[in-house]
Amino acid sequence: MKRQRFRLPSGGRIDRGDARAFSFNGRRYYGFSGDTLASALLANGVHFVGRSFKYHRPRGVLGSGAEEPNALVQLGAGARTDPNMRATTTELFDGLRAASQNCWPTLRFDIGGINDRLSGLLPAGFYYKTFMQPARLWKLYEKFIRRAAGLGRAPTERDPDRYDQQYAHCDVLVVGAGPAGLAAALAAGRTGARVFVVDEQAEFGGTMLAESGRHIRIRDTSPDAWREDTIAALEDMSDVTVLPRTTAFGYYTHNFIGMLERLTDHLPRAEAGNQARQRLWKLRAKEVVLATGSIERPLVFAENDRPGILLAGAAREFVNRYAVAPGTRAVVFTNNDSAYAAALDMAAAGVAVEAVIDLRTEVEGDLPRLAREAGIPVLQGYAVVATSGRHRVTGVTVMRLNDAGDGVSGTARKLRCDCVAVSGGWNPAVHLFSQSRGKLNFQSEMNIFVPGESVQAARSAGACNGSFSLAECLKEGADAGLAAARVAGFEGADAATLAAIEPADGPQRSLWRVPSERKDARMFVDFQNDVTTKDLDLAVREGYRSIEHVKRYTTTGMGTDQGKTGNVNALAIVAGSLGAEIPAVGVTTFRAPYTPVTFGAIAGRHVGGLFDPVRGTPMHEWHVQCGAKFEDVGQWKRAWYYPREGETMRQAVDREVRAARESVGILDYSTLGKIDIRGPDAAAFLNRVYTNAWTKLGVGRCRYGLMLRDDGMVMDDGVTLRLGENHFLMTTTTGNAASVLSWLEEWLQTEWPELQVYCTSVTEQYATISICGPNARALLGAVAPEMRLGGDVFPHMSMQEGMVAGVAARVLRVSFTGEIGFEINVPARHGRAVWDALIEAGAPHGITSYGTEAMHVLRAEKGFVIAGQESDGTVTPIDLGMDWIVNWTKGDFIGRRSLNRSDTAREDRKQLVGLFTADPQTVLDEGSQIVERVSEAPPMDMIGHVTSSYYSPNLGRSIALAMIRSGRGRLGETLYAPMPDGPIEVTVTSPVFFDPEGTRLNG
Amino acid sequence: MAEPGKIRSALAHCAIDGVVAKSGLDASISEQAFVGKVVLRGNPSDSEFLATVRGALELDLPLAPNTSSETPPVSALWLGPDEWMLICAPGSEAAVVDSLNAALAEGHSTVVDVSDAYTVLRLSGPASRTILAKGCALDLHPRAFAFGDVARTMIAKADVILHQTADETDDGGPVFDVYVARSFADYLWRWFDKIIN
Amino acid sequence: MLRIPCPWCGERDVGEFHCGGEAHIARPSGADTIDDDAWAEYLFMRQNPKGSHHERWSHAHGCRRWFHVVRDTDSDQVLAVYLMNEAPPDLPGRSS
Repeated sequence: MKRQRFRLPSGGRIDRGDARAFSFNGRRYYGFSGDTLASALLANGVHFVGRSFKYHRPRGVLGSGAEEPNALVQLGAGARTDPNMRATTTELFDGLRAASQNCWPTLRFDIGGINDRLSGLLPAGFYYKTFMQPARLWKLYEKFIRRAAGLGRAPTERDPDRYDQQYAHCDVLVVGAGPAGLAAALAAGRTGARVFVVDEQAEFGGTMLAESGRHIRIRDTSPDAWREDTIAALEDMSDVTVLPRTTAFGYYTHNFIGMLERLTDHLPRAEAGNQARQRLWKLRAKEVVLATGSIERPLVFAENDRPGILLAGAAREFVNRYAVAPGTRAVVFTNNDSAYAAALDMAAAGVAVEAVIDLRTEVEGDLPRLAREAGIPVLQGYAVVATSGRHRVTGVTVMRLNDAGDGVSGTARKLRCDCVAVSGGWNPAVHLFSQSRGKLNFQSEMNIFVPGESVQAARSAGACNGSFSLAECLKEGADAGLAAARVAGFEGADAATLAAIEPADGPQRSLWRVPSERKDARMFVDFQNDVTTKDLDLAVREGYRSIEHVKRYTTTGMGTDQGKTGNVNALAIVAGSLGAEIPAVGVTTFRAPYTPVTFGAIAGRHVGGLFDPVRGTPMHEWHVQCGAKFEDVGQWKRAWYYPREGETMRQAVDREVRAARESVGILDYSTLGKIDIRGPDAAAFLNRVYTNAWTKLGVGRCRYGLMLRDDGMVMDDGVTLRLGENHFLMTTTTGNAASVLSWLEEWLQTEWPELQVYCTSVTEQYATISICGPNARALLGAVAPEMRLGGDVFPHMSMQEGMVAGVAARVLRVSFTGEIGFEINVPARHGRAVWDALIEAGAPHGITSYGTEAMHVLRAEKGFVIAGQESDGTVTPIDLGMDWIVNWTKGDFIGRRSLNRSDTAREDRKQLVGLFTADPQTVLDEGSQIVERVSEAPPMDMIGHVTSSYYSPNLGRSIALAMIRSGRGRLGETLYAPMPDGPIEVTVTSPVFFDPEGTRLNG
Repeated sequence: MAEPGKIRSALAHCAIDGVVAKSGLDASISEQAFVGKVVLRGNPSDSEFLATVRGALELDLPLAPNTSSETPPVSALWLGPDEWMLICAPGSEAAVVDSLNAALAEGHSTVVDVSDAYTVLRLSGPASRTILAKGCALDLHPRAFAFGDVARTMIAKADVILHQTADETDDGGPVFDVYVARSFADYLWRWFDKIIN
Repeated sequence: MLRIPCPWCGERDVGEFHCGGEAHIARPSGADTIDDDAWAEYLFMRQNPKGSHHERWSHAHGCRRWFHVVRDTDSDQVLAVYLMNEAPPDLPGRSS
C-alpha cells in the first residue's frame, strides 16, 4: 500500500479499511472509501491538477464541492468517458481513471502554456476583434478556434449506459440536506405530508460534514449525532423519499423540478452491472423548501490562482471530513471570521499555520479569539500582495493595508507556505431561487444577494437565505418545512426550537480587489474562463455597462461552473469601476442546470427504437416477411416497395406500377385516417368543413372532399362515405388523421356548438386493403362470392357490405390509381387473414403487392394531388386547378371567404402543372426550383418548384408535377431546373398524364 | 378463404403474456386481447339518455371525471364529459352495440365499436405504480389514483387510457389496465419491456 | 413545465394540451359581404400581450375538450379557467 503522505493519522469520515486504487494522468495512487477524487489527490500531495482554459496556467483544487472551477478532469475512457467532471464531487472508486484537461502533451509540460506568456495579446473580446474580418476567412478561423477551445473530450462511441427517468409528485420538496434542509424535512415529514429530500452529496449533512465538532453542539449532543438521528427518523417515514447523490438542477414553471440522481457513477464498472447509470427525476412539488446552503467566495488578489491556494471552507472540509492536510505550512487570508475555523482545524491537524492575514483592522469574533489563544499569529489590516510558486504555491508576500483599503504600504513580508486558505465571505446559493424567477435582493451589510419575494410556491431557509448561523439554519429550516406542509394541506404542531451552541461571528470587510504594489499583477475573478480584473476593467472602458453584456464580452461566469465562485466578485468589481452600487449593476440570471446534466439522462429511454413510436399496420409482419423496404409516414412504417432479389428500387417500383395497370395490385391502406361522424347535423357539418356539397349524397355512396383552413389553403382531402341519413365515415390522409379529428372537434366545440354531431376515430378499428387493376374485380369475386360486383350494381364511388374471405367487410369501390379499385375494410384482427386470402386468390392473376412509391407513381400519372405534397399550406384549390370541387352556392364553408381575398384571387399565383423533361429518362429532383431564364449564378427569378417527380413505366418517360407561377397559361413553354451539373430543360404540360378520359376506371 | 379463427391481436407477434419483471421491480405484464370496447357518446344532462343506457345495460354511466362504474359483465370508463368507453367480454361487443343502438334510436348519441382499435396491456404487482411513473406524468400515489380511477393521459409518447382495476390490498395488486391504440401497442410494450427487464 | 387546469380532468402537465391561441375572436358572419381588411383582421391579427391573455386550450391527450384559460404570459400564472360557453370572468385590476 502506497503511503498517502498528506493523510492525517486519524479522524475524517473515510473508511481506512477500504483502500481504493485509482489513476491520475497515468500514475497510480491510493485513497479511501469516502474520498472524492480531489481529497484523494490532495492526500497524495497532488495539488496541480489541470490547466486553465485560456492561458493554460497551472491550477489546483479551489473548492470542495459543486462550485469547483479548476479541478475539472476527464473521467474514464472509451465510450464511457466524461469530460469536465469536478474532482471535488467525484466519489472515489476502485479503478477510477482520471486525466487532466487543457494540456498537451503533458500536464507539467504544456505547449498551450505559451498563451500565458502571450496573455497581453489575448484581452477580453480577443476573438471578436481579431476574427471579424474578412468574413470569408471565418471558416478558416473557426477550425482553428474550435480546436483551441473546449474543455475535455466528448466520447465518440455510442453511450453504452442506460438512463432511467421517473415522474414524481410530492407535497414538500426539500432541496439540500444540511442543517436547514434536515430540519425542514423532519418538520414536514412529521405532518404526514409526502416529502422528498434531496442532496447532491453521497451523505446528508451539508456543511455539518465539514465540522470538527469541537465548537458546536445541537441540543446537548454533537452535530453528527443529531444528523444521524434526523436521517434515521426521515428514513422511517413511509411518505418521505430520501435521495442522496441527487442534484436538483432545474427549477421550472409551476414548481416542476428537474433532478439528477447518480446511481452508479460512484461504483466500479463491475459493481454497476446492468443498473441504470443515472435517473432523471421530473418532480412536481406543491411546495418547495430551498436549503441549498452557501458558496464561499474567493478574495481577488494578485496571483491568486496558483495550485495550493484554495477556499478556507474547502481546506477545513479536507481536514475534517477527509482527514487530509492541504499542506504542511498554511497561510490563511480572509475578510471574515469563518476562515479562522479553518486555521484552527488545520492547526489541530498538525498543519503549521504561519499566519492569518486579515483585511480587517478590528477582529472581534469568537473564532479569532480562539485562534489567538491557540497561538496562531494574526496580522490584522494586512493583505496578500503577491504569491510565488510555479506548479504549487511556495509563499506569499504581505503588506499593511491603508485605511481606505485601496493601497498597501510598509515593508513587504514574505511568508513561506505550500497552502493558502482564502475566504472572501459566503454567497447564498440562490441559483434555484433565481431559476424559479424569484428576484434577488442585495443585502449590503454582508454584500450578498438573498432571495426576495418568491414567485413560485417556494421558500428559502438557512444559508441560502442569508442566515448563516447554525441556530438560524435549524430554526428557519424547521419553520419552512412546517409552513410548507401546512400550505400543502397538512397539520402539525410547532416544534420546539433546537438549541445550538456555536461561536459568534464578527462583521466582515469587503475589499473586492485586494490592492497590490505591482500594478501588472493578474488577479483572477473567474478561474475557469481565465477572466481577470483587467478584462473587466477593459470591458468597462470600452463602454459596457450592463453586467449581462460584460459577462458575454469577457465570458466571466460562462464556464461549466456558471461562475459559482466568481460572479459576485465580478459584479462588485464592475460596479466599483463604474462608481455604481452593486445592485445598480444588476445580477446575472442563473439558468438551469445548476451543474451539468448528461444528455443520456435527458434522453432517458427515448433512444434507439424507442426514440419515437413506430406504428405498424395489422399486416406489418407480412410486409417484413416479404422483404419490403419501409417509408416513414409520420410515425407509421408503410411498405415503400418490395424489391425482389437483384432488383433496384426503380425496377421494383416499375414492376409494381405495371402490375397495377395490367393485372392486379394490392396495397395496405390501413394507415388512412377514418372518422365516424354521426348526428342529425352531420351532413350540414360536412357542408361546412368540405368545399363541396354533401346533403344530396345517397346512403351507400362515396364522395371525394377537399378541406381548407379558414385562410383558404388546402389542408386535407379524402373520400367520405354515407352510411346512413345521419351517419358518415370520413377518410383522411395518413399523416393528418389526428389533426383532422382535432380540427373537426375544434369547430364543433368552439364555433358551432349548436350542431349535433359526434366524431369518433376508427382509424385503427379497421384494416384497409386496397386492390386495383383490370383483374381486381375478378379477384374480389373469388374471395367474396356472395357480393355482386358488376358495374351496374357496384358502380365507382359506392359501398357494399358483405363477406370477404369469410369475414364481414365493408367494401368501397374507389380508386386512387385510375384503375378499377376496391378498398376492403375489415376489423383489424382479421386484417392479416383477409390479406393472406387475397394474396392466395390473386396468385392466378400474378397479384403484386405494391408500396407507397408505386402508389405515388400511379396517382401522379393521373395527376391526382397529395395534400401535403402538391400543397404546402400556401396552396388553394384554385391553384391546384380544382375549381370543380368548390361549391359557391351551398353557403358558407371553412375557407370560402378567403378564396376571394385579393391575394388569394391573384392571377399570377403558383398553379399546378405537369413537366416533361427534354430527356425523357431524366427524373427531376423533387423540390427543384424552376426558372424562366438561367443565369451564370444565383440569384435567378424562381417561378416555381417541383412537387412530385417519378419515372412512369406506363408512359416510358419521366413525369413531374410542379407549382409554377401562372402555370396554366404556360402550357408548352420551355423552362429550366437549374442544377449543380447544369440546367435541365423542361416543357410545361397538363398535370394529367395518363388516361385523361378516365375510361379505365369505369370499365 | 381466411379462417375466421385466425385472428391476430395487436401484440400477437410479441409473445408477452405474463412477462414477469426482472431488475427488482415486482410486477408482471400481459396483453388482454380482444376485450370488447365500445365508445358511447351522449348528453349526460339528458336524464332520458342516462335512463336508456341504464335500461339497456343495467349500468349507471359514471358522471364524475376520471371515474368508472361497473355492472358485470360491463363496465364504463369516463373519457370525457359526454364520452364513455364500455368494456365487455371478448365477443360481446356486438351485442352491446346492438342493444344500445336499438335503445338509443331516438335522440342524439353515438355508439361505435372500437374493440380492434385498442388493445389492453395489463400491468400488475407492487411495482406497477413505479413502472408507470417512469413514463406517465400523472400523480399515481394511492391517495391520488385508486381503485376504479380512470385517466386519459400519456405514457412515454403514447396516448393511453389508464384504469386501475385492483387495489394494493388485492392479491397480486395493484392492477392497471392500459388501453392503447393498436398501432402504438408494440411501442408501449417495448417501452415497458425495457424498464422491467 | 406548465400545469394547465382542465375544467374536467383537473391539473395536468402542459404536454397533454394543445394551445389554440387567443380566445374570443368572433368569426364574422355574412362572410361574403365583409371586406378584405376585416376578414384579414379575423384571420391574422392577434394581440400577443405581455400579461393577462385569454386563450383557448384543448385537453388534446385527455378528455379532448376545449376550454378557456386566462394566463399571464409573463409569469405563466393561470388566472382563470372557464368553459367554452361561459363569459370571461372579471379579474380585478387586470385588463386583457
